Amino acid sequence: MVDDRMTAMRKDRMAVLARGSTARLHELWRAVGLDPAYRMLRGPEFGLVMLRGRVGGTGHAFNLGEASVTRASVRLEDGSIGHAMALGRDIAKAKLSAVIDALCSSDDVAARIEMAVIEPIRAELNEADETMRRQTAATRVDFFTMARGED
Amino acid sequence: MIVDADVLEGGFTNPVLESQSTFRILMDAMARPACVVRIEAAIAPPATLGIAAGAVACTLIDADTPYWLDVVFESDALHRWLAFHTGGRRAATMADAVFALVGMPCAMPSFDRFAQGSHEYPDRSATLILQLESLDGGEPFTFEGPGIKERATIAPRGLPANFVEQWSANRKRFPRGVDLVLTAGHELACLPRSARLISAKD
Amino acid sequence: MYVAVKGGETAINNAHRLLADRRRGNRAVPSLTLDQITEQLALGVDRVMSEGSLYDRRLAALAIKQARGDLIEAIFLVRAYRTTLPRFGHSEPLDTEAMLVQRRISACYKDLPGGQLLGPTFDYTHRLLDDELDGDPQVEQGGQRVESHESIARVPDILDREGLVEEDYGSDEVAEPGDINQTPMSFPLDRSMRLQALARGDEGFLLALGYSTQRGYARSHPFAGEIRIGEVDVEVFMPELGFAVPIGRVQVTECQMVNQFKGSAKAPPQFTRGYGLVFGQSERKAMAMSLCDRALRAEELGEDIVAPAQDQEFVVSHCDNVQATGFVEHLKLPHYVDFQAELVLVRRMRAEHEDRADVASAEVREAAE
Repeated sequence: MVDDRMTAMRKDRMAVLARGSTARLHELWRAVGLDPAYRMLRGPEFGLVMLRGRVGGTGHAFNLGEASVTRASVRLEDGSIGHAMALGRDIAKAKLSAVIDALCSSDDVAARIEMAVIEPIRAELNEADETMRRQTAATRVDFFTMARGED
Repeated sequence: MIVDADVLEGGFTNPVLESQSTFRILMDAMARPACVVRIEAAIAPPATLGIAAGAVACTLIDADTPYWLDVVFESDALHRWLAFHTGGRRAATMADAVFALVGMPCAMPSFDRFAQGSHEYPDRSATLILQLESLDGGEPFTFEGPGIKERATIAPRGLPANFVEQWSANRKRFPRGVDLVLTAGHELACLPRSARLISAKD
Repeated sequence: MYVAVKGGETAINNAHRLLADRRRGNRAVPSLTLDQITEQLALGVDRVMSEGSLYDRRLAALAIKQARGDLIEAIFLVRAYRTTLPRFGHSEPLDTEAMLVQRRISACYKDLPGGQLLGPTFDYTHRLLDDELDGDPQVEQGGQRVESHESIARVPDILDREGLVEEDYGSDEVAEPGDINQTPMSFPLDRSMRLQALARGDEGFLLALGYSTQRGYARSHPFAGEIRIGEVDVEVFMPELGFAVPIGRVQVTECQMVNQFKGSAKAPPQFTRGYGLVFGQSERKAMAMSLCDRALRAEELGEDIVAPAQDQEFVVSHCDNVQATGFVEHLKLPHYVDFQAELVLVRRMRAEHEDRADVASAEVREAAE
């Protein structure tokens, strides 16, 4: 159970890092003031991921087309390991995301990073989603029946 | 989730350059059958896998080429190491493997149980990477064929006992058939399916 | 037959230089930025992404700039770049039901959960050129309306409840889906490989074929069950972590075409389905794709194959515009020797033809005399 919860938190953090903008991430990261030494285990490198859809939306998987991705894996001096993968071709973001992932092996640091970096970006992303939903909702058709003029 | 750190270590330190130079050496070796060459890649595969076999695996295997491990290599750690450094996934069955890593060739399944390719697509066959005790000091085998000036002899130790019969059978399936990469420590030699075994002595 | 000839290096170098010059055009006009292209020519970027088969807006924009706006050339550039990158793996299948919807309409049901959401569509514009866009007018933000977070069910799932639409292909993963990038095509292709080919197929080609099915060549009575555009999360399973990692979102367009079907020996009368899924906002392409997908299911559904849109070898072999342009444009390459051989042949045939004509007229003369 603890593992599941940890995995869910880690996935959520990775989702925010993958979607957040590099500039915003660096800005918030600088304020945290952490700069651990690390070694690359793999990458950072560009590559492709084949995106899959499902036939009819719910059936068998099929290959839709590829997307560019960047990934990185790092190891900190204390042995903690971090991974990152995100759509697009941003080496700096992938490296920093992997370092953040590794640092979050420690619950204390994770809490600090969550508060200072992840939560603000998550809030901004959610706000942008909400704006998009509301803009789409404004284009919703409200059907009404014309009065027949019988009186 | 804490992952055993060892499986994440030991890949090429410079994947692009080292896989390119290993590929070049391998390609030359494939073009000159039975000629022993040396691999000097900065790679540290998990204990059971040698430098040459590990470098070849990291050079050739990727997400699109399922691989197979024999009983000696079969271990969770090696699967995870290969998954991390090559993106490769294990083949569903031996016959689906594009590459096979064999740690104990003398007890391996016969060559014909791996993918042989078809007459239309002979390239859809398996490449078997055999890790031997050594590439010399064993029973000498002499080959001729494309890429060999007159004759080439190699005397690896640890090949399957019925290698002569198996290789002749492989040769008879031409253009279908498997190709072999023989490795031992840092050393490597190739036996493409086009190499004809002419005698077990001489 | 090709014969190696040398020469023309200077001409080629100067042609490249001239191309770069013309691409830049009048230096008094500011150079286009990639941000301008991705923001303001977004649908062209989407087309290059989907037919280039590579989701990366910035690369697609770069390709459009480099190709001077020639989208097929841009698609070619993207396809070429794609081959230089290693493939790290594949995503979990995209869940279009969980889409953050930007547009969703159905031509089958007026009232449906989630409603008809028009989104940023050209549909109700009057197609009158807008002089104001000749300048840089102030544009207001999209309007907003408080939204109830109602779930937006897929229309085929609604039809499904009545049992009047064919069941979807089982979602159990029987095998890895085939990949036309990796395996040489051999016909017949299964539906998943056909969909991959259609997803990157030329919009114009698929549009024309889809249109042909409506005009009676493989008539399949289509209704736009649902079209939805929006963003979906992408997750990739990372073996070293043991779970699927979210790596961001992509925008896709999905079209579920619902078609009347009289039934066959195997299946009762019901609605059948055609499916389209395309990168970015590419509604016309998604609709054309779903019409073609349905037409290509003729054999599976026991229909007679009578029209080009039902012939999978014809459709799949010719829908790729990079292949098509390569083969058509290769005719520009020198064929000097071929042509010389043809010249000799035609001259000889002509001479023989004239000889025969002379003989014939001589015979006629002789007969007359």
